[in-house]
Amino acid sequence: MEMDVSQLGFQELNNELRASADENITLKGCIGQRFIGAGMSGKNISIYGIAGNALGAYLNGSVIESFGNAQDAVGDTMNEGRIIVHGNIGDAAGYAMRGGKIFVQGDAGYRAGIHMKEYQEKVPVMVIGGKAGSFLGEYQAGGNIIVLGLNQDERAIVSNFPCYGMHGGKLFLRSECEGIHFPHQVSHRPATSEELQEIRVHVEEYCQYFGGSADEIMNAAFTIVTPDGKNPYKQMYVAN
Amino acid sequence: MNFYPEFEVVRNDSRCVRCRVCERQCANEVHWYDEDGKILLSDESKCVNCQRCVSLCPTRALKIVKSDCRLRENANYSDQTIKEIYRQAETGGVLLSSMGNPNPLPVYWDKILINASQVTNPPIDPLREPMETKVFLGKKPEKISRNEDGTLNTELPPQLSLTMPVMFSAMSYGSISYNAHASLARAAEKLGIYYNTGEGGLHEDFYRFGKNTIVQVASGRFGVHKDYLEAGAAIEIKMGQGAKPGIGGHLPGTKAVGDVSKTRMIPEGSDAISPAPHHDIYSIEDLRQLVFSLKEATEYRLPVIVKVAAVHNIAAIASGIARSGADIIAIDGFRGGTGAAPTRIRDNVGIPIELALAAVDKRLRDEGIRNNVSIVCGGSIRSASDVVKAIALGADACYVATAACLAMGCHLCRSCHTGKCNWGIATQRPDLVKRLNPEIGYKRLVNLMDAWRHEIKELMGGMGINSIEALRGNRLMLRGVGLTEKELEILGIGHAGE
Repeated sequence: MEMDVSQLGFQELNNELRASADENITLKGCIGQRFIGAGMSGKNISIYGIAGNALGAYLNGSVIESFGNAQDAVGDTMNEGRIIVHGNIGDAAGYAMRGGKIFVQGDAGYRAGIHMKEYQEKVPVMVIGGKAGSFLGEYQAGGNIIVLGLNQDERAIVSNFPCYGMHGGKLFLRSECEGIHFPHQVSHRPATSEELQEIRVHVEEYCQYFGGSADEIMNAAFTIVTPDGKNPYKQMYVAN
Repeated sequence: MNFYPEFEVVRNDSRCVRCRVCERQCANEVHWYDEDGKILLSDESKCVNCQRCVSLCPTRALKIVKSDCRLRENANYSDQTIKEIYRQAETGGVLLSSMGNPNPLPVYWDKILINASQVTNPPIDPLREPMETKVFLGKKPEKISRNEDGTLNTELPPQLSLTMPVMFSAMSYGSISYNAHASLARAAEKLGIYYNTGEGGLHEDFYRFGKNTIVQVASGRFGVHKDYLEAGAAIEIKMGQGAKPGIGGHLPGTKAVGDVSKTRMIPEGSDAISPAPHHDIYSIEDLRQLVFSLKEATEYRLPVIVKVAAVHNIAAIASGIARSGADIIAIDGFRGGTGAAPTRIRDNVGIPIELALAAVDKRLRDEGIRNNVSIVCGGSIRSASDVVKAIALGADACYVATAACLAMGCHLCRSCHTGKCNWGIATQRPDLVKRLNPEIGYKRLVNLMDAWRHEIKELMGGMGINSIEALRGNRLMLRGVGLTEKELEILGIGHAGE
């Protein structure tokens, strides 16, 4: 099913999505409507235009593919499914996501993957093709965040203060990370070939959506960042 | 630094029958039996004065008394203050406390008196005449509207329906036990009110109590997913808590075990950190976004509550929340309880709920947006008269948690953060959890609320008021005693005698 949504508010838009018996839905003329696909499962939603804030919030198994930039809070508290963005995304993408995958062709804003979690078989993945803004992986508690830095601008692969408060999961940066300052409670080192093998499947999926060669992308230095412990604040208190 | 224990265990040896129940019951391992001397001994330095042993001693051979061995008296440097300094000098740690602020700060409820009818308007006898204590929480329409055929438009935004204006406020599974949650959930169902999951997810066994459950979404989003959001009757966004305004929560990894880890959906042993802010909320507009993302995810079927701590600019904050699309504002005063909070924050941050509530209700009325939201107040509502005073100051309903814990057996020893609650409430140790029988816990909660409902009716009847609706915001029914003009002005009430 194809819908022109340029005249619809977010509430009407989501009502149409929920009401649609069709599994595959294409939205044309998207003009920044928020909450597209919130909490939905079992749909394949393609978006042309610009998706607004909180795209796929609480997503529960649907696949959302945006052929344009997306704004803030992509995949907020997402549980399952895929969000694929052919463009850049705004701030706080994947806030507290617990499952599913987010693929971004271009750059991410501040706080990508903040408080990302994992639980048993649910291990979320976020792949950012370009560069990431400040506070990447803040409070990260699980899952994999992968930044490829494929665009050619001069910026570092990640801006200031990555991994502050990180206490779980893994963060991969396709860079040697010289000059990037990490906080004291995490360790960073060159990723081993076994570790790279683990994320190869995600990079291959990235290439499937956006083109490029996984072999070429993987043929570079990666830095892996992991927390030193899962109880970072344990020593801070004294019972009174 | 060693100092003499705060409490002494006094054992009357002539009454002691050596049954050793005290030894078995104390998770702090205060008591032990000396086989050689055939005598029970105790290490009172471990005692938290929870009264478990006193309560269970079959011969009343035990009592716990406050030690009179104190440091030299000093009105500025109290015993407590000095010992806190010692503790910090030893460890370098942030002081951590539990339950509500115990300091002698003003309790305005105790300085507010309720009116009664005499001669000119008759009081009502609630035993004979119908009294309405039912309340509905949620957005109310500004005006009556009609459909095209002239019939009344009766469609309302989603509402919570309470048989009495009291609910059990948020305590997470993790901070309290499975049996405590089971007691609260069953009691809420029986009473026709609501309990609140707190930020720990909803145990799978309790989904069946969904229509009496408020599910919470806080900055850590623990256990939050589609089924969870849809399981309850309302969703509460936790922005703040009265006991610790401005900071987040932190369940230590040692408590994130078994079902707690499963319910929070985090790995066992991992710290559950709720950051101080919601990282996507920097403004009322951002709050509106979270409110509406939750409404979208649940198709506008559930009211959304925004819970904030009572702080200095609470009236302006509440005005913003009332415009954010939220259906209910919950305000938590500075005496509210907690399973663990930094002592300095608990004891020094925030303002009394009475002043916050009065200020918010007035502000929303002045701005003509009071109907946009219902107001729920919490933060040490201790009795039916506190409830009546809160309603008269402008609340639609009250949240209670400490009183509910007390009903389940809590003795307010303020040691929740140790995880060794001898009463089976603030603990995850299976041997301790089973001490709280949900069958008994739920009945005691129902008893307490039944008693309060009767008292609320008596107090209302005395004022000649037969429905909660007519009491709400009815500040003429209140008078202050021993309050300054400024305090009376903020509370919007006259002084006794006026």
